[in-house]
Amino acid sequence: MGAWDDFRKAFGGFFVTARQMVRTVRGDGLVTTSYPHEKRVKPQRFHGRHVLNRYPDGMEKCIGCELCAGVCPARCIYVRGADNPAEARVSPGERYGFVYEINMLRCIFCGLCVEACPTEAITMTQLFEFSVTNRDDAIYTKTELLIEADGTPNHPQPDGPLIDLNELRLADGWMRATAPSGRAAYEGVVAWTPSAGVGIREAEAGQGGSALAATDPGEADGAPPDDAGVDELIEQLHAIDAAAGEPADDAEEDAP
Amino acid sequence: MTGWETFLTAAIKVVIAFGFLLTVTILLVWFERKVVADMQNRLGPVRAGPYGLLQTVADGMKLLFKESVTPRKVEFSLYIAAPVAALLPALLIFLVIPVGKPFFIGDRQIDLSGTDLNIGVLYVLALSSLAVYAVVLAGWSSGSKYPLLGAVRASAQMISYEAAMGLALVPVILYSGSASLSSIVDAQIATRSVGPFDLPVWNIVLVPSFLIFFIAGVAETNRAPFDLVEAESEIVGGYHTEYSGFRFALFFLAEYINIFNISALTTVLFLGGWHGPTIGWGPLPWILPLVYFFAKTVVLVFVFVWIRASLPRMRYDQLMQFGWKRLIPLTLLWITLSTIGIGVQRFGVPWG
Repeated sequence: MGAWDDFRKAFGGFFVTARQMVRTVRGDGLVTTSYPHEKRVKPQRFHGRHVLNRYPDGMEKCIGCELCAGVCPARCIYVRGADNPAEARVSPGERYGFVYEINMLRCIFCGLCVEACPTEAITMTQLFEFSVTNRDDAIYTKTELLIEADGTPNHPQPDGPLIDLNELRLADGWMRATAPSGRAAYEGVVAWTPSAGVGIREAEAGQGGSALAATDPGEADGAPPDDAGVDELIEQLHAIDAAAGEPADDAEEDAP
Repeated sequence: MTGWETFLTAAIKVVIAFGFLLTVTILLVWFERKVVADMQNRLGPVRAGPYGLLQTVADGMKLLFKESVTPRKVEFSLYIAAPVAALLPALLIFLVIPVGKPFFIGDRQIDLSGTDLNIGVLYVLALSSLAVYAVVLAGWSSGSKYPLLGAVRASAQMISYEAAMGLALVPVILYSGSASLSSIVDAQIATRSVGPFDLPVWNIVLVPSFLIFFIAGVAETNRAPFDLVEAESEIVGGYHTEYSGFRFALFFLAEYINIFNISALTTVLFLGGWHGPTIGWGPLPWILPLVYFFAKTVVLVFVFVWIRASLPRMRYDQLMQFGWKRLIPLTLLWITLSTIGIGVQRFGVPWG
């Protein structure tokens, strides 16, 4: 079959292209999509634009600790904390993020700020469409970053076919993975706090079920954090740490 | 026919042909992009118009409105003349191609070609040789090294493949007994009964001529795998590196009109032109030949695109070897054999 092999060597490429064309025409094996009308499903831990979250009662989660600014390898975050005014508290802690700015042109989207944040105030989302025509506009302040008390995210560009603002409601899985229950020993336990608008976030596949799954996001809206639930959670965390033979460092401070 | 009527007929034909070629270019670019996209599992243009049909119009508008940058070192008169010199032969070649059956107004016959030259094949070859001037002038007058390299490649490549192309047509002219394109089409009307079917005897029975002409045609139009002239991975844009805006659009237009011309010529010379099974009803006997002609041409254009999507670019030495050491000797051998064959068919064996 020497002649046939020679023929295959010389003209085999034509059959490859013809076969792929038949595949594509049948709607099979397309590798591109009609973006932005048809967006791909992004990976769960996609590192998109940041948002600053609030508790379901409208309190800001940021406590102005500047850990995010400290850990940022690109030095793109600027935070200035301030004491909470006694008559109108902004955050449940002592201080709150008075100024919070991220230079999106410098940000490398490594997610270390999310990992460093002790209160899950800053999370990354699935939205990556935020091109600007002016360098100043690339510096996002609290106006753009902070979600509204009802959970509506803010963005400089309006919702449209290109910019799907719903993607700003999807926190990336990294936040959940770096929360205390992200450790293997905490399989099946959720230890992140609920946020305004979305309530308690679902666990990623592999993180098991959710201890606070009973808390309906709709009920959680506007209601203060469920103290009973938190106590129950802390007990669970202690039990798990004891079983794993580790000190329960995350829960120790809260335990009496 | 009075002189006035002749002039009017010619003018109408030229205007129609010009508009037609521009439309065809627009569709051709779209067709090529879609087919290549399909072969690469992509979507291709989908934005402008239904199925992205208007994408080329959008690109053309963009080019028209862009600034035509003129680099400082150009030879300005030649630099300006080159795009025109590229487009003119492309437009002129189409004028001798019969695209359909002649029709009659009163007793005046109107050919569906710009003009019917009795040296049509020579005219086509001569004009496609002229096309190389545009490339060389563009490359030289740009005053830049990449266009010059592209032009040097172009002159060598186009002259080499010109020879094979011209020689491949000798058997066709001998077989059809004419160098006029409409006579060549008419010579392919004969049918031969094979079993229950009446199969047309097209010139494609001269298989080597067909293959050599088509391969040389791909090389003449500087298409992949013979696109060394504008090899973007090696010499930027080749001869049109320094061209932008409308001047670049003219080169682009010429390239795609040339693709259509070569496909149409191959149809005329080898695939029976506008011949095909006709049904006699109303205007159908006049419309169907047009449909046949364009269907055959589109199939060949598809082959052009298919070749582009399948084959990698040849190396320069491979190109020259293939042209001079394979194609031209093969063509000469084929001319000898086919001439003997046609002679025997026509006059009988010399000892008989």
